[in-house]
Amino acid sequence: MTPDSFRTVRLTTILALLILTIGLVPLHVARAEYGDVVINNYSDEAGMRPVVFPHWFHRIRFRCKVCHADLGFKFQAGGNEIDMLKIIDGEYCGACHNGDIAWSVENCDLCHSGSTGSATQVHESTLQKLVSPGGSGAVK
Amino acid sequence: MNRGSHVLRENHVILIIMALGILLVSIAVVFWTFSDAQAADPNAFNRLMQPPSKRNPPPSQDGIHDPQGPGAAALQPPKESFSKLPGGKSGNYVDWVKALDESKIQPRYDRLDPEAKPIVMDLNIVREVKGSMPDVVYPHKQHTEWLDCSNCHPAIFLPQKGANNISMAAILLGEKCGVCHGKVAFPVSECRRCHSKTKDKTAAASSNTRQVEKQAK
Repeated sequence: MTPDSFRTVRLTTILALLILTIGLVPLHVARAEYGDVVINNYSDEAGMRPVVFPHWFHRIRFRCKVCHADLGFKFQAGGNEIDMLKIIDGEYCGACHNGDIAWSVENCDLCHSGSTGSATQVHESTLQKLVSPGGSGAVK
Repeated sequence: MNRGSHVLRENHVILIIMALGILLVSIAVVFWTFSDAQAADPNAFNRLMQPPSKRNPPPSQDGIHDPQGPGAAALQPPKESFSKLPGGKSGNYVDWVKALDESKIQPRYDRLDPEAKPIVMDLNIVREVKGSMPDVVYPHKQHTEWLDCSNCHPAIFLPQKGANNISMAAILLGEKCGVCHGKVAFPVSECRRCHSKTKDKTAAASSNTRQVEKQAK
């Protein structure tokens, strides 16, 4: 066998395997936890993964009132225009994520853990589940 | 020498044809699997039901975390903490109100003070609804365990009898009760948890009759 034909065979085999793996991976379905919020106001633009906020994890530790009354989080996904400047100044997430109450801001990847390109939304919400148009991934 | 290179070239051609064959077969396999999966499952259209085993998946498999990122692997899988909490019918499949009542969870009422106690108000509001659906009983008690008055009043609900026009359409679109129910609090599919006060059948019938009479006039 010449090195040339060897290369051709190797390339085609890799290509075939690639098609098989990409093609046979099941269609991407989000089965996020109820109440998980993806926040992607600025992340994509800044080349960071979007933030996934798990409501379930936080409600085990704090009542709704702490964030939604004391810290001023509006009841709207993406409606709070949170950026890193506000966080390092102790606003919003920064009120707890300061290394004192919860992990501090240098653990970027723990919050910025979403898939790139995911839209800002509340997962598994009623709006998402409406079958009629407007029901898929509507914001709010 | 000449003959040798000829054989080599022939080998080369055969190999390329074989490789192309493999390529075509793999494309066909992918295509066939998809068309077959579509045809074989008569319930494929809009299939929402998922088996209990698929509920509360770990972050790396939930479709919104990036499985390649370092975060997905480091975060706590929901099942790990839900297994110790009372089960629910939908949403997170956790009965959060019960979990709080039974002190299975002790969420803080204040960011810093673990001893802070909520200001609980025990007042039920009954809302009479149209049709055969049972009336709605709204318990302030369970809501004030979690929330502050200012979370709902006056922006979402005016604290005044008869001043709030609430409809299921608004709730489904994320307004009124739907600001939380259908997003974090139990979903609207759990009808009976709100529509919990069965109407007196004769009273319901007579009120309908009165309406009809009014319209006739």
